[in-house]
Amino acid sequence: MSEIEQTGDEGAVETQALSLDAWHRAQGGRMVEFAGYWMPIQYEGIMAEHLWVRENAGLFDVSHMGQLLISGDKVAEALETLVPGDISALKPGRMRYSLLLDEDGGILDDLMITNEGDQFGIVVNGAVKWEDIGHLRENLPDDITLNHNEDYGLLALQGPKAVVALARLVPESAGLVFMQATRATWNGHAIAISRSGYTGEDGFEISLPNEALTDFADALCAMDEVKPIGLGARDSLRLEAGLPLYGHDLDPAIDPVEADLAFAISKRRREEGGFPGAARILGHLADGSPRKRVGLLVEGKLPVREGAKLFDGNTEIGVVTSGGFAPSVGAPIAMGYVPRDHAEPGTAIAAEVRGKRVACTVTAMPFIPHRYVRKQGA
Amino acid sequence: MPRYYTEEHEWIDVDGDVATVGITDFAQGQLGDIVFVEVPDTGAELSQGGDAAVVESVKAASDVYAPVDGTVTEGNGQLEEDPALVNSDPEGEGWFFRMTLGDKSQLEGLMDAKAYKAFCDAL
Repeated sequence: MSEIEQTGDEGAVETQALSLDAWHRAQGGRMVEFAGYWMPIQYEGIMAEHLWVRENAGLFDVSHMGQLLISGDKVAEALETLVPGDISALKPGRMRYSLLLDEDGGILDDLMITNEGDQFGIVVNGAVKWEDIGHLRENLPDDITLNHNEDYGLLALQGPKAVVALARLVPESAGLVFMQATRATWNGHAIAISRSGYTGEDGFEISLPNEALTDFADALCAMDEVKPIGLGARDSLRLEAGLPLYGHDLDPAIDPVEADLAFAISKRRREEGGFPGAARILGHLADGSPRKRVGLLVEGKLPVREGAKLFDGNTEIGVVTSGGFAPSVGAPIAMGYVPRDHAEPGTAIAAEVRGKRVACTVTAMPFIPHRYVRKQGA
Repeated sequence: MPRYYTEEHEWIDVDGDVATVGITDFAQGQLGDIVFVEVPDTGAELSQGGDAAVVESVKAASDVYAPVDGTVTEGNGQLEEDPALVNSDPEGEGWFFRMTLGDKSQLEGLMDAKAYKAFCDAL
């Protein structure tokens, strides 16, 4: 028995340990290489962990992601030359999902940008953080300061009981709404909290000093509502939430309209342009893109995974970029790219797995409704 | 009925000229939650070390190899409906397929329970 090889993420650089490495191992985490780090793929099992997050609260270590701090005169305007979001309109304490674009409008990374008042915080994907830092340094004006904050780790607490659990440690967290952020103090440590995440559930991301991570993780996992959750469930949760994963569903050959991320192109930016690849992207917004990222409901039980080719009859029309068994759906699901004329929900197509055709239906995403808390008291 | 093990974590129970094949408890523990099993068709000709079946966990698809040469006489149809049997009873109800023994001498190259345990402990 052996795993059927998929594309690996390993590079030539030596795999690094996260600050919480020993904690993960003590919790029974099975460690694998991911984005240059040893990371827990699972603790008790992907299925149980996935379902736990949908009902309770799960703690994820996402310290492999890059936490960047950017400041300087006209920093919002400078960032707007690289991303299509309205960063100037982002109020202090608010955050926005955005995209780092190359000059052709291709996606270099997806990221979260937070207005922290005196600076902007940017969280980027671990697998491409060094490329992102290089790109930002090269393209931001010299009077803009970019710091890569490696002294802080990043935890995500996700699930309907996340707010109850986190409020015991940091009461002000309960006052935030989705995509809002604040600074706080825990045990004398300066920390930052945002109501955000990548599972489709309500939840928080907490940035805190490396030396505080173990105590904070212990304090959360001592609560009945909270269990540690590995990368495996993080992937199945975000897939059900219809959220793309960089390097799989997004890459430099894909622009935001093709990726069905047009919401990340703010109204003012659509009118004014001035972001990388604006000609291509605005053209796709006006006329539709030739291809589009869609969700796929898979008939039967056979998982359809990344790389599976998509067919309409005998014609190859596209490819699956993420897929697998979806624990909360109870069936296999996938996302992939199809031509515009096949992107309408309800369109019947087929995926090819080990020479066999598997019936799929194009569907609107998310597969599981988002449960973000957008209003206080709602 | 002697049971043999491979270094690829298959087990094979030999009963005269036929055998039953599955994956070990160690293997199912490594794979995690199993969501799909593809067993070979009856009549399929297998050769030792060649692809015989596919087992899919939430995370990934894995090949299961034929422990010896032979012809498939039956696939475990229960796994289609309930692939999690491989997690709950890997070395019993969660068997994958039955096969004839093309070359009994190949069994001599496999491990017994004790040797397999030592093999796993060393991993």
